[in-house]
Order: sequence, then C-alpha cells, then structure tokens
Amino acid sequence: MSDVGWIGATLTAARPQAVSALMRYFRDLDLAEEAFQDASLRALKSWPKNGPPRNPAAWLILVGRNAALDGVRRRSRQQELPDEAEISDLEDAEDAMAQQLDEGHYRDDVLRLLFICCHPELPAVQQVALALRIVSGLSVTQIARAFLVSEAAMEQRITRAKARIAKTQASFETPNAIERAERLAAVAAMLYLVFNEGYSRGGEQGEAREQLCGEAIRLSRLLLKLYPAEPEILGLTALMLIQHARAGARFDADGSIILLEDQDRSLWNAEQIAEASALIDKAVRHRRPGAYQVQAAIAALHARAPSAAATDWVQIERLYATLERMEPSPVVTLNRAVAVSKTQGAEAALALLEPLAERLKGYFYFFGVKGALLLQLDRKAEAKAAFTQAISLATSPAEAAHIRMHLDRLSAESQ
Amino acid sequence: MLYAMLCYNDEDAVFSWSKAEDDAVMARLGEVHEKLVSARKMGPALRLMPTTAAVTLRKDSDPPLVLDGPFAETKEQLLGFYVIDCESLEDAIGVARDLAKANPGGAYEIRPIKVFLPGAELA
Repeated sequence: MSDVGWIGATLTAARPQAVSALMRYFRDLDLAEEAFQDASLRALKSWPKNGPPRNPAAWLILVGRNAALDGVRRRSRQQELPDEAEISDLEDAEDAMAQQLDEGHYRDDVLRLLFICCHPELPAVQQVALALRIVSGLSVTQIARAFLVSEAAMEQRITRAKARIAKTQASFETPNAIERAERLAAVAAMLYLVFNEGYSRGGEQGEAREQLCGEAIRLSRLLLKLYPAEPEILGLTALMLIQHARAGARFDADGSIILLEDQDRSLWNAEQIAEASALIDKAVRHRRPGAYQVQAAIAALHARAPSAAATDWVQIERLYATLERMEPSPVVTLNRAVAVSKTQGAEAALALLEPLAERLKGYFYFFGVKGALLLQLDRKAEAKAAFTQAISLATSPAEAAHIRMHLDRLSAESQ
Repeated sequence: MLYAMLCYNDEDAVFSWSKAEDDAVMARLGEVHEKLVSARKMGPALRLMPTTAAVTLRKDSDPPLVLDGPFAETKEQLLGFYVIDCESLEDAIGVARDLAKANPGGAYEIRPIKVFLPGAELA
C-alpha cells in the first residue's frame, strides 16, 4: 500500500479513540475535532519520514493536544506574555499515553463521544449524520451522498445538530454501571440505525451505502473491543456482519431486489458469516439474551441453511416469538407471520396479520407480505389490491420494482 | 530448522481495508506462498479472525477462568499454539480445559481461524 494509503487507514482507525480523548481534554467538540485535524496533518508530514508511531492513537492525542495548546498560546500572546511554564514537556509522554490506552482508560471516552451523538432530542437521521461526521470522520460530501441530499442541506443539518448538543452539558464523570448500560444501549441503537441507513438504501448509491454499513460494523467492533463482555454488543456486531455478508446477492444487475429465498448463496461472504457465528457463540455463554442476540440468531439460521428449502423455520418462528416477548412490535409479529406461513401455511399467517392492519397501514412490507400470502392461497383479486397498496408505500425504486413484477405477473395470468 | 513466523499489525487498520485492498495484499502474498509451497518449504499458514472473536482461558486459576477478549497481559510470552478442529466454541473451550489440566499456568487464547492454508508436506 502507498504511504497515503496506510496513513489514511491508520488515521481512520485511530480517529474515534483520539477525538474522544481530545474531547475530554478540551470539553469542546469543535476544539477536539480541530486538534485531531491538526494532528492528522502533522502525521501526513511526519509518518512517511519517521515511520508509523508505535501507538498511532496515543501519538495523535498528544500531538493534537499540543497543537491546540500552541494555538491557545498564540492567541493569548497577542494580549499578554506567554506563560511557558504552562506548556509541559511531553518527552516519553507517548509511551505513558500508550500505556493508558492499553489499560482501557479511554473506553468511556469513546462511549461518551458516541453517546453525545445519540441525544434524544435529535431526530434519528441527525444522530446518524453526526456520528458519521464526528466519530467516523466521513466528509459532509460523503454523508450527503449516502442520504441522497445536497451537500448544503447536510452541512446545515450537521451544524444544527452540533448546536443542539453544544447546549447540553455532557457528563465527564466516569459513568456508573447503570449509566454505562444505558449509554451502551443508546449507542447500539444508533449504530444499528447507521447500518440500516446504508442497508435499506438498496441498489442505488452502492458505494455510499457500503460505506455506512462498513462504518457501523467498524464502530461496533471498536465498542466490542472496549466492552468485550457485553452480549448485546456481540449480538449487534454479529447481526450486522450477517446482513452485510449478503450484500453481494441482494440485488440483480438492474438493481431490483432479490428475495432471501432466491439469492445465490455462493455470493454470500462466508468469512463474515463465520465471524458472526463466533460472536454469537460467545454471546450465548453469558446467558443474558437480548433483542440483538435473538435477531442475530435468526439471521444465522438463514445464513447457515445450505438452501432456502433447508431453512429451519420452526426454530426461526420460536425465536421471533421470543423477540415478540422481549420487544413487542407489529413489525416483529409480521416477521413471525412469515415464519408461520412456512410452518403452518398461508392461512395461519394471514390470521396473524389481521390484527396488525391498523398499525401497519403505512408500511410497505405489510402489504408486500399480505399480497404474497394471498397469492399463495390463489386469492388473486385481494393479492392485487394488497400489492397495489404496497407500491404506493414503497420507499425506493427497488422496492417498487419488486412489487411491480408481482402485479405484472398477475395481470399476465388474468389475460 | 522449522521456523514459525507470527504476524503482527494494527487490526483496526487491517479490518478497515476495502475488499479490493485486502484482495491485493492476499494476491501479493499468494505469489510468495506459491514459490514456498512448490519448494515444499511452507507448512500450514493461517489468518485469524479479529481479537473480538477471541476468548481467553486463564489457566493460572483453579478451575481455569474463561474471559471474553484476547490474551492481553504483557508479562507472559507466546510459547506455542495448536490448530484444533472444533464443533463449537464450547467444544474448543473443553479441549483447552483438557490441555490446561495437563499443563496449568499461563493462558490459552482461543481464536477462530478465518483462512487456513494447509501448505505443503514439508521436505
């Protein structure tokens, strides 16, 4: 890899840890970001000559901190004489810093930085954009492209989100066990949003989409390194890895959706599925089940089935029932209905769908599933009505195209 | 003399490589491997899953303790390793416990293997 290549990869990898430590020093997001930016520029000059430092995050924290202190000193010089004694000599400091990092003193910093992005007053989209900008360091252009909005609009959203969080005082105390658990849960939900933002984009914007999924997995892995014994973080990472493993098989050349049962399983990324399985095995040992673990287990049952026909639907139905008890939601029931259609038939599944109709009347998948079940029962007119409703609720051209295919087939048959 | 070569790098950086970057590195390594294997100089080589997939059996306590994550101490040194085909993580931990009974003290880090290259039967 070229110099710029490895330096870029190293800076990206070190960023969450470095920015969150700088954030604790300066207690100011903008200052922390500037300091990291400054340190990155110095790294681009220094690392090709001197080689990479032993611990890049420690190097960036120290250099960033010093650069920012220099800036403060320069500004104050215009008003009064500089106080040299305040600038400490930081020889050997990189080693000391590296040791602190090794000992995990900074894990709560990273969690805090991620948690700041999950501010409950921020709409989901802004949480995601903020995390991508601040924690991952994606450019506004990259984020705008992923969200299919103009750069100016995204810039404005991020500025507004930053202004909102600047008003709230982040706690710099070490969190207690309960606070830490709450933060982890909020951050996990936000990371899954980042992932789904990429996952649901479908065929369009392939690269930008890929990047969001990749970022969510990277940050989730980072969280897992900092909190290795959290079963839900293991579950979340596994869940995203399995869904991401199918990326290459989810769309055809025209960008239309290929359903799970029709996907070419040889295109699934076996290494990612294997890694996810290893993480699920670790999570299960804790005997503290949670929603991400259950969803990961469901995804793993699909991923491990050699063919669609060999899928263990009985077990999947059981897991959806467990998920329904943990986090009751009409969407989970809808998913259980799909499993029930495989184990008990379309009639039984439709009966489960009925009570959901009111709450899911604006949900594309509800009508897609309903149409498919009606079609299985040869109730063509009703199926057509459901598909027509689905099309009006589709959120992407790929979704609409998939339903269009059913409708076209129905009208071809009726001719 | 047989030599083991242990591979170290920053996993955060390596796991953020794009597929194209990763493939390019593996292709370059593949060329080197090929020469070594055809000369029957290269035995098994492997690429491990990230440390997040690891558990560690501390066998300096009785009974040995299973902890999540990689082996993270600096006061012990890497002295050897096994490659074992296991049904599950529980199975792997069971094997490690058996080994620990025979040889207490220190730790076993149990890490799944991502890529296994069998190599050649050595000359």
